[in-house]
Amino acid sequence: MTYYQNIFTQVQVRVAPPDMGVEVPGLERTKEVAFVHWLGRIGNAQVGPIYLGTLGVLSLVSGLIAFEIIGLNMLASVNWSPIQFVRQLPWLALEPPSPQYGIQVLPPLAEGGWWLLAGFFMTTSVLLWLARMYRRARALGMGTHVAWAFGSAIWLMLVLGFIRPLLMGHWSEAVPFGIFPHLDWTAAFSIRYGNLFYNPFHMLSIAFLYGSTLLFAMHGATILAVSRFGGERELEQIVDRGTAAERAALFWRWTMGFNATMESIHRWAWWFAVLCPLSGGIGILLTGTVVDNWYLWAVQHGVAPSYPQAFPPVVDPAASLPGAGQ
Amino acid sequence: MKITLGLLAIVVTALLTVAMIFTAGWTRPPVHSTQTGFRGLGLEQISNPRRDAQLKLANALPEPIYNASPDGQKATEVYKNVKVLNDLSADQFNRLMLAITEWVSPQQGCAYCHNVENLADDAPYTKVVARRMLQMTRHLNQDWKPHVAATGVTCYTCHRGNPVPANIWYTHPGRELTGGFAPTNHGMGHPNAINGSTDLSVDPYTPLLDGKVGSMAIRVISKQALPTGFGASIQTTEQTYSLMMAMSNALGVNCLFCHNSRAFSNWPQSAPQRVIAWHGIQLVRELNEAYLDPLQATLPPNRLGPLGDSPKVNCATCHQGASKPLLGVSMAKDYPELGGSPAP
Repeated sequence: MTYYQNIFTQVQVRVAPPDMGVEVPGLERTKEVAFVHWLGRIGNAQVGPIYLGTLGVLSLVSGLIAFEIIGLNMLASVNWSPIQFVRQLPWLALEPPSPQYGIQVLPPLAEGGWWLLAGFFMTTSVLLWLARMYRRARALGMGTHVAWAFGSAIWLMLVLGFIRPLLMGHWSEAVPFGIFPHLDWTAAFSIRYGNLFYNPFHMLSIAFLYGSTLLFAMHGATILAVSRFGGERELEQIVDRGTAAERAALFWRWTMGFNATMESIHRWAWWFAVLCPLSGGIGILLTGTVVDNWYLWAVQHGVAPSYPQAFPPVVDPAASLPGAGQ
Repeated sequence: MKITLGLLAIVVTALLTVAMIFTAGWTRPPVHSTQTGFRGLGLEQISNPRRDAQLKLANALPEPIYNASPDGQKATEVYKNVKVLNDLSADQFNRLMLAITEWVSPQQGCAYCHNVENLADDAPYTKVVARRMLQMTRHLNQDWKPHVAATGVTCYTCHRGNPVPANIWYTHPGRELTGGFAPTNHGMGHPNAINGSTDLSVDPYTPLLDGKVGSMAIRVISKQALPTGFGASIQTTEQTYSLMMAMSNALGVNCLFCHNSRAFSNWPQSAPQRVIAWHGIQLVRELNEAYLDPLQATLPPNRLGPLGDSPKVNCATCHQGASKPLLGVSMAKDYPELGGSPAP
């Protein structure tokens, strides 16, 4: 008998003939199956069968178009120099149009038109992938939880890059493509709208983000810890509670007085993960549209505390100037 | 196979680690932090004794020059064509000329600005520029007390033995654009020394500090909780952000030197230095507009920028990495010649 006793995968399952999954008539998928040792180290060693289908192909094509638009624009921004492309890659950007273009459907390509095209194809790609996930789940008679969770991430992406810019009337509000560019955008966005940390939905989103990691750590650790008692067979343990489930449950009742069940822990994890981008998206949607300065908002609503000042009072030197100075 | 891959992974990891350590601009310990605000708020300044020592070395003062009496013969009685320093005694005048030579052109000597055959000759462009710079220095010491206080400035504050100060700026010509459909990205997406190796605007000076061309609003954060219309755009914000990075570098401080980062725009919670910095921004704009931009006509092409604009000043021109230029030592008090009333 082999046990999962370690935080590293100890068991590689290779069956002959390979596991082709349940019979689902009328569905095309690859017939070849391969076994890869290194994949077996982190998951299932078996690769395939793969189902691609129309939605999958279209999604990959759209994604590739978006990737190419972004990559070629970045290469063009360093004058087609491969060396500069590699050196500056983390900084290279594809920026949205400037404010003067409002929400014009297609500004000049060099002035953000490419950004809109890339965004369109990226959105198409992820939406097609979402539909594909939904249909694959249905085809297998599964629930569609994965698709809905992915939808939550897409919601945040669309709020940032499409819905909120539309409401603001300016594509310039949207996130640029690029590694540092999107991070610098985040910092600038927070500063422009008076510190996003005072946005309650941002707070919620962070709570769910960190909560997700906490829950995942607790759950992963618990199951690994009881795997010597068959705890990794979670589904059986839900309806036919064995010693693994009982020990795990008792462990948590001992340590914190309460335990999630073998089933409900997955509900906890799913909701935390889904609510993270969902609440974050609401927070972004309200920024600039409903609230323009989160710090001042938080002061008005008693959220932001005040602290003793270490300095004598400081007065805006421009306050007395006409036009309130710069 | 397994062993090869394992070894490869170790080698790659080691190389990446080495690259990270030597390219990211880290500072090795010790790093000291000094609390500057109420406890628990993270309001602090970071310092490093090695950097402090370097800064001290870089800000060593030049040898003082004997004091000159304001009495006796006037400079105008001894020299011809004295237009700005006409309130000085000949003694003071000579002393100042000696000092300027030491501060600005120690290698090149008097001939850097003067026709040695005829000292009154206005032909060398350097003399015309120097005269304007003397007016500027007096204007600074006289009219910009909110920024330079009693410390004042001298030629040395910026020049430090260089005929052209080390920290000047020209309008960025922009990257050589590929043209056609290639993206312009509003001048963002490329790291440089100005934007602090970020992706922010590569030239925040032209729109924000060049008093003539641009004095765009630096303030981008809303003054009220709820929106009243479309305010500053994100791209404008990234311009201000870039300027703030440049200021932070120029002064060798972090954001918290002036701001309380919980509410960057909030004045009552700011440090008093922010008021001084605000005056500094106004000062830089005025100097660029009134003194530096007009020199374009005087300066030879090799002193102009890639777009043909004159060299201009920013915070780093005087500060050079120190929150107080020359670490706060007042040279100007030893040179009353530079504090006189600005000539008309």
